[in-house]
Formats: sequence, structure tokens, C-alpha cells
Amino acid sequence: MSKDQALDDNRRQLLIATSVVGGAGVVAAAAPFVASLTPSERAKAAGAPAEADISKLAPGEMMTVEWRGQPVWILRRTEAMLATLEEVEPQLADPTSEKSVQPPYAKNRHRSIKPEYLVVIGICTHLGCSPTAKFAKGEASGIGKDWLGGYLCPCHGSRFDLAARVFKSQPAPTNLTVPPHQYLTDTKILIGEDKA
Amino acid sequence: MTTKSGLLQWIDERFPLTSTIREHLTEYYAPKNFNFWYYFGSLALLVLVIQIVTGIFLVMHYKPDASLNASGIPVAFASVEYIMREVPGGWFIRYMHSTGASAFFIVVYMHMFRGLLYGSYRTPRELVWIFGVLIFLALMAEAFMGYLLPWGQMSYWGAQVIINLFSAIPVIGPDLSTVIRGDFVISDATLNRFFSLHVIAVPLVLLLLVAAHIIALHEVGSNNPDGIEIKKKKDANGRPLDGIPFHPYYTVKDIVGVAGFLIVFFAVLFFVPEAGGYFLEYNNFIPANPMVTPPHIAPVWYFTPFYSILRAVTYPLFGIDAKFWGVVAMGAAVVIIAFLPWLDRSPVKSIRYKGPIYKTALTIFVISFFILGYLGVLPPTPGRTLVSQICAVLYFAFFLLMPWYSKIDPCKPEPERVTWK
Amino acid sequence: MKNLIVHAKRLLAAALLAPALVLASAEGPQLDKAPLSKDPESLKRGATIFVTTCMACHSASFMRYNKLTEIGFTEAEIKEKLLPPDKKVGDLMTIAMRPQDAKKWFGGVAPPDLTLVTRQRNSELGSGADWVYTYLRTFYRDPTRPNGWNNVVFPGAGMPHVFWELQGEQTAKITKHPDGTESIELVLSKPGSMSAQEYDKMVADVVSFMQWMGEPIAEKRKSIGIWVMIYLAVFFALAYALKKAYWKDVH
Repeated sequence: MSKDQALDDNRRQLLIATSVVGGAGVVAAAAPFVASLTPSERAKAAGAPAEADISKLAPGEMMTVEWRGQPVWILRRTEAMLATLEEVEPQLADPTSEKSVQPPYAKNRHRSIKPEYLVVIGICTHLGCSPTAKFAKGEASGIGKDWLGGYLCPCHGSRFDLAARVFKSQPAPTNLTVPPHQYLTDTKILIGEDKA
Repeated sequence: MTTKSGLLQWIDERFPLTSTIREHLTEYYAPKNFNFWYYFGSLALLVLVIQIVTGIFLVMHYKPDASLNASGIPVAFASVEYIMREVPGGWFIRYMHSTGASAFFIVVYMHMFRGLLYGSYRTPRELVWIFGVLIFLALMAEAFMGYLLPWGQMSYWGAQVIINLFSAIPVIGPDLSTVIRGDFVISDATLNRFFSLHVIAVPLVLLLLVAAHIIALHEVGSNNPDGIEIKKKKDANGRPLDGIPFHPYYTVKDIVGVAGFLIVFFAVLFFVPEAGGYFLEYNNFIPANPMVTPPHIAPVWYFTPFYSILRAVTYPLFGIDAKFWGVVAMGAAVVIIAFLPWLDRSPVKSIRYKGPIYKTALTIFVISFFILGYLGVLPPTPGRTLVSQICAVLYFAFFLLMPWYSKIDPCKPEPERVTWK
Repeated sequence: MKNLIVHAKRLLAAALLAPALVLASAEGPQLDKAPLSKDPESLKRGATIFVTTCMACHSASFMRYNKLTEIGFTEAEIKEKLLPPDKKVGDLMTIAMRPQDAKKWFGGVAPPDLTLVTRQRNSELGSGADWVYTYLRTFYRDPTRPNGWNNVVFPGAGMPHVFWELQGEQTAKITKHPDGTESIELVLSKPGSMSAQEYDKMVADVVSFMQWMGEPIAEKRKSIGIWVMIYLAVFFALAYALKKAYWKDVH
């Protein structure tokens, strides 16, 4: 009965069996606690697709729509703006969006369904800040005389072009993410759901 | 000296890990003859852990806010339903917490009854007992404040009644109840402070008291169903002859107790979580409405014996109204338990060797306690009030007459060594 | 000693049973047992009536429309048959009427939220579902009431008889007994478009839905519970065997 006495086989087997069964029970009981940390029905409902009316959006202007609690930008690009997209490509980290996240229909130079409208989640792929619009060209932008317009992240200075593509040697690893979206009519975009 | 691993040695040079484990588990010698009633200490600890863990997760979703949402429902009430319906697994966590609250009192009442059976409060365990009574008081405060949080009708009106009790205290009473509420009525301010006290202040006190309870117990050693001191008979190594190391013997035994308890606990949780309106009162599914009192309000079952004592006092005394003396009686009913070590003058500790007088007294006491508890659930009538008055007198008589009857009670001699009855 | 434990256990059992016995004799109107159904078709019919009729005045603000998929609706059906035009399927089942306006319009008491009504109305007289089932079937004409209706289980109810065109009009025959009590007997004075059986069945559908809505997890909870019990029985047996194995050298 001394404590140094080795456990006999019966004890050891039962000890293992009880521990395994008990451990499985603890894991099963922990499941609802872990589940409670995941998004609730309310959060999922709030993540439902959002509709945006773009009928009043003037060329060169941007509007912000909330989808899943995040800003989604809709930028109506002018011909001049679209023209810059090819020009900046040599300076971009991922000009063809190979490493970036977007639906297949937005994996192109203008990163959108219609070239005129860019729909993109306004959250920097570096650490989650929301970049600022810097559409002015050259010195007026405060960035440099070679700036052709785009976005600048205030947190760590990542720069993006007018198709939300990241420039080379920036903190952000990839281009901004394009959410799934579709045109319900010519002036109505549904964000969060595509035709799939 | 057994060889230690490098890490354990490193820790032991800086923190008394091995010696603590030895002192409280592997070389804590507990009497070998613990019976059924000795499960409830470890079970109380288990329920405490359940309440703390589930509480932590509930606080992540609960909102202590009495303002009304767009549908006219108080935000706090809606957040509880949100947990029950919209948070994945939330219903399980909430039912664990609500079932756990009642389970806590069942287990603690059984644990206290064990003390009455075997004289666990007697020398040298007076401090163990007093810490225990303080834990019981803290637990009542914890339960009372927790009950306000769902912000249902019973939450609201129960708190209304109990807080108004304090206004019965002469001179400072009315101001005191206003200070407790933080408002002239139960309101958002009350809800917020009760939330703070329920999730932080009282649990901290509870944990400290539980630690003190266990440390004091391990200092003097556990009592047993024979009520004799196992430390009096030791072997050549200084170990009690009737003692066995807590670990592994009582750890494996307590696991059986835990399994048995969980069967009952989860049977309630999964099949009858409302427990017929006793664990979750039906009126508490109605959001708090300060304009309408439900036709019949009663405290949750675990408070009803003491609530009955409060209502049993109907006579004004010394020019102060009955309400005040009711509060005093209710407080005294709890506090008097702490004086048991000095009220019991019997030469023996355990009921096994006490005489017929104590056995009768304890039986009457338990019956009175149950009747008081039962009457506390019902609305008062003159007949019921009379019964509760008789039972309240019997309740106090058990304690106050104990110095007398425990002395004259013919006792049997205690054995030298523990027995297996 | 054993005797004492047996004694204490008996006491405990008596104390637990006593309230049930005494409360069973509590006073109040007799409630009819609600013939609750778990059949999805019944629940769907009940949900449709609830959303299209009850929700004219009552919210079910802890429910979401898409939760109705659990009783067999598809999202497309919800959108087509139940969803108001300004709502999305993920929205809460709230109503447009603001509580403060409702209070004004309904004489001080806003129509209550009904999500939990079957849990609120549980009592010693019967389950909450029984109460709602009886309530919806015992409206009668009472010219002394402002809205012309009264109810047996909820005297002075603020709600008029919403389904009167279906059930018809009932009138009350009140008998005063020598011991001072009263009993009410309802007589159908003007038949509605449904027979009594049809009407009872429709009400049963609505109440079945409301019972489900009170705790949508209830059925799943019970079925998980059975597995938990089986698991705990196994764990108990193992723990008991382990205890025996350790304790065999304690004498």
C-alpha cells in the first residue's frame, strides 16, 4: 500500500480507460464553449448581402457601403483614371492579381466586372487599416510628383493604384480584396453574392 | 529522495510545487471511512468551477442594459434570449449556469447537513466551519445578484422586495436601500452594479474563502463519520493508522461521485432545464416590467427557508415594526449556524454516538427547514403563517437549546478506531 | 445510521413531491390539453397563420425568419409566403408598430412579444401551450367590454377575438353555485366558417408552432441528452471499477 508500489495491471488498464473516456467527455463538453466563440446568427444575418445604388455616383467619385461591418468602396473611374492602370504596372507587386483574392470575373487589369466601376473591400491586406483615397495626381497628392492616383494606407504607408493593386516593396503583401458582387440592374450592385 | 526531472527540480527551487502536491494530495491523510455524505465537498468545488467557466463565456454575450430595444424589450433580457438562440452552443452554456446555480445550493446544503450529522464543526475545526458559513453567505449574495441579470419579472420584483428589506433598518434603512439600488427604484444603475459584483467582486471573495476553507481543513485534518481524530493513532512513520493518502484513494472515489452527480445534473439540463419552474421560474420569461407585479412572487427555492422566517415575524417589538425584526430573524438564522462549535456541548461529535435527544432534535430541525422552504414558495395565509412561525421557533430552538440538550443527551462511547458502518 | 440516511432520503422525496400535490389543487380555469404536433406540415401551417395574422400586432423579436428553415420551410418559401417586402430572410421577426405607439393605441398595454409566450404561461394549471390553446378557443361575446369580447382563461383580455370569422361567436352561460363559485359554459351562438373540429385543429397548429418557437432547440436538446446519459453511464461504470481496483487494499 506504499505509494512507491507499482500499479498493478488492472489498475493501469482502468486508469487508461477512465482517462481516455473522461478526456473524450471533456473535449465534447468543450465543443459548445469553443462554438460560442464563432459568429452568432446575428453576426451571420448582418453578413447578408448589401445593396448599393450607384445611380448618383459621378465619374471620379467613390462611395462606401457597409458589408459585414467592413467598408466596401465603389469607385467610378474616369477614362483618364483607367488609362493609368497600364502605366503603373511595372511598379506593382502583383499586377495580374495572381496572389490576391478576388472572384474570377475580377481577375483582370481593372479588377472589376465593368471597367468603369471598381468594387473592393477597403481594408489593407497588411494589418487591417482602411486606406485613404489619394486620387489627385503628382505633388497635389502629397505623395510625390510621380503619383498617378490611388490609395495610401495611413497605418504603415502601403500604396495602391486605382485598381487597388499594391505597389512593389510595400508592407501590404497583396492587392486589396474584391468581394463577390453582381449587378442587379445597371445602377444597382449587390455586394456579398454573385451569380455563381 | 526520488529523482526529479530537471524541470521539476528547477521549479521546486523557486516554487513549492512538489511539496504543495504532497501536502494537499499525495501525503494528505484522510480518514478511510468517508461515506456518501463526504462527496459533497469536492462536488461543491466542481460546481464552483462550472459556474466560473460558464460565467466567463456568458459575460462575452450578455449585456447589463435595462434600456428598451426597438421592440420594447429590455436589452439585458434580449441578450439572454440571444445567448439561448443565436450564440452557437449558447443554450448549453446558459442552462449549465442556471442549473449550476441550483445545483450549488443542493450540494452545499448536503455538505452542511453532513457537518450536522458528524459534528464536523467541533474543535479543532471551528475555523473550517466559520469559513464555510462565510462561503454560504457569499454564495447567497452571488446568487441573489446573479438572479437580477436576466432582467425578467422575477428578477426585478425579487430584487425589489429583498432590497426593500434593508429599508426596514431604523434610521439609515431608507437611505441604505437607495444606495444599494443607486436609484430610487431598481434601474439600469442597479443592474450594472449587480453585474459588476456578480462577475468580479463576489467570485473573488468566494475563491479566497474557498482557499481558506481548504487550507484550514488540511491544517487540522478531515473529520469522519465516527467523529474521532485519526491523528491520535499513528504508525511508526507518523502516518495516521486510519488515514489513507487523499491521492489516489479519494481522487478516484470522488471521480465516481462526480460521475454520479453529472448524471443528475445533465439529466436536469437536457430533459427538464426549468425543473418545473423551480430552477428557471416561468415568470422570469416575461421581461421586467416596473408597472406590473406578477400575481405571486416568491424567491428562488434555495432562499425560501430563510424567506419564510422573515415572513413569520409579524409582531412589532420595542417600537420598531415587524419588517425590521423579520430581517433580523432572517439574518440571525444564517449567522447562528456559525456559532454551532460553541453551542454543541456533547462529549461526542458524530450522530452515531449521540443519544436520542440529538437525533430527534436534528430530525425536527430538518423537517422544519423543509416546511419553511416549502411555505416560502407559497403565498402567505394566516394558517401558513402560523405553521411558519412554529417552524421558525423550532429552527432557532435547535441551535439555542443545544447547549442544554447536547449535555444531557445519553451518548454511546466512541470507538478507538474508525469503523465501517 | 443506515436508517437515518433512509429517513433523510424519504424526507427529501416527500419535500420534493409535496409542492406538486398541493399546487395541483390550485384554483383557476380548467385548461384543455393542447394536442401538440411535431409534424413539419402542422408547424408550417401554424407558422404561416402566426406570421400573417398574429404578427399584425405581436412581434416575435427573438426569432429570425431564416430560423423557420428548421421546421421545413425553404428560404425561397419564406421569401414568397412570409417575408414582408421590406425585410431580409436573416431579419428578426419584429413588427413595424412601435411599442410606444402600440401602448397609446391599445389603452396602455402594448401587445406583448410572443416568442416566449408558451414558456411564460406555464403554471400549476397546465403547460403554457395548454393555456394558449384554451385561450384562443374561449373567447365569448361580452357587451360590457370595450371591444365586445371577453375570455374565460384571460378575463378582461385586451385582445378581441381575432379568429371570430373562423370560429364564430360564442356566448357565455354563467352559473352561480351555492358555494359562491361561478362556472362558465360557452355556447356557439353564431357559427363561423369552420367547424369546431377544424377550428381546434387550426389553433393546435398555431400553438404547436408557438411551442416550437419558445425553445427551438428543445428537441435537439433532448436527443443530445440521451447520448450524454449513455456516455455518463459508461464513464460511471469505469470510474466505479477504477475506484474498486484502488480501494481493494484499503481495509
